[in-house]
Amino acid sequence: MIKTDVLVIGAGPVGLFAVHQLGIIGLKAEIVDNLDKVGGQCIELYPDKPIYDIPAIPKCTGESLTKNLLEQIKPFQTNFHLNERVQEISKENNQWKIKTNKNKIFISPNIIIAGGVGSFEPRKFSIKEADLYENKEIFYSVKDKNFFKGKKVCIFGGGDSALDWAIELSKFADITLVHRRSEFRGAEHSAQLIRKLEKEGKVKIKTPFQIQSISGKDKINSITIKSENGKTEEIKTDFLLGFFGLIMKLGPIAEWGLNLNKKTIPVNTENFQTNKEGIFAIGDICTYPGKLKLILSGFHEGALAARACFKLARPNEKYRFEFTTTSKNIQEKLGVKKSD
Amino acid sequence: MAKITYIEHSGKSHTLEVANGLTVMEGAVQNNIPGIDADCGGSCACATCHVYVDEKWFDKLPEKESAEEDMLDMAFEPKKLSRLSCQLTVSDALDGLVVKMPSKQG
Repeated sequence: MIKTDVLVIGAGPVGLFAVHQLGIIGLKAEIVDNLDKVGGQCIELYPDKPIYDIPAIPKCTGESLTKNLLEQIKPFQTNFHLNERVQEISKENNQWKIKTNKNKIFISPNIIIAGGVGSFEPRKFSIKEADLYENKEIFYSVKDKNFFKGKKVCIFGGGDSALDWAIELSKFADITLVHRRSEFRGAEHSAQLIRKLEKEGKVKIKTPFQIQSISGKDKINSITIKSENGKTEEIKTDFLLGFFGLIMKLGPIAEWGLNLNKKTIPVNTENFQTNKEGIFAIGDICTYPGKLKLILSGFHEGALAARACFKLARPNEKYRFEFTTTSKNIQEKLGVKKSD
Repeated sequence: MAKITYIEHSGKSHTLEVANGLTVMEGAVQNNIPGIDADCGGSCACATCHVYVDEKWFDKLPEKESAEEDMLDMAFEPKKLSRLSCQLTVSDALDGLVVKMPSKQG
């Protein structure tokens, strides 16, 4: 069980800056994210794409923004709980009890939801029967590559994950790579390598094809793929791997009794509290009249939510507004030395 | 201004006037037309505003840029007539456009 002043859900830019705003007013935060890395949409959707509207930063990438935010919160030595999703919350003795999918328990008077558009989950095969074989013969990630040794594996997708795994597994498995069009969007050198492996007979490539059906009883026997012009082909296979990128799902947040407006959470703009005391929502996941889904708006929202958290975490203390430029108190928290 | 018809997967049809300069996605989202999620808000980063453009219209639209084609790899059941509606900007030339939504966005 971990006691903290604030549990932040979501390690995207807005969640990270909220940790900064909490830190400078002396609140301890723990941060949970379903992804295996920090940065949220910035890292998952557009790590290399430039962002032009961060105040005073004419141009940066999602990756550099994340890196700088991590640098900015370094003094607070925040614990990150990655690859972990908050599952359930309940109120106990005026504190929130928060449980993750790994059965970790947090006790905190405050929860800040900075969850973007929800948690990232792999996109799956569109045909219904795929669900029957999921985690048995159909996978959306590779945990242990040796599992596929000597097997027939069909890999679907045209991005880096699909290409990288096709190349890697082709060393010891019978690989067919299936993609909806003949161009691969993965790295150029991987696309070249996979074409070379095809020429050498080490990988089979089927484009432009998509899955049409799976046949088998208890386990997959073969699949049928179909091209845009209606041509079909049957492929005998033991396993399917799908790499169609990630989709954002609101997930368990929808079950917590929060007011929802489509996939967003209405908040009041004074402190970004939801309809539940001690639960705040900031960034893309919150909504209010005039809401803009901009990173800079999320920074502002986090600053205000942090002050509101102070009231619940330190009920007997008075919050005093201070500037980082002049406050010795804040500079001490930031570990600033005189010479800096 | 263009009249755009959005047809839900169920067949339910909505025809509305969408102002020039908005995207086909925004026309749907601002008018609460179900079936277009647009999770990323229109930055060609999520493939949840995926539509099938009416065959008569497909060739009249500006061609896809490679970022849109890449993103369509991740869409739910992409087909020959697939487009991302956040990449289609409304103008008088699109008056009468018909788009159909897939059974789901992901």
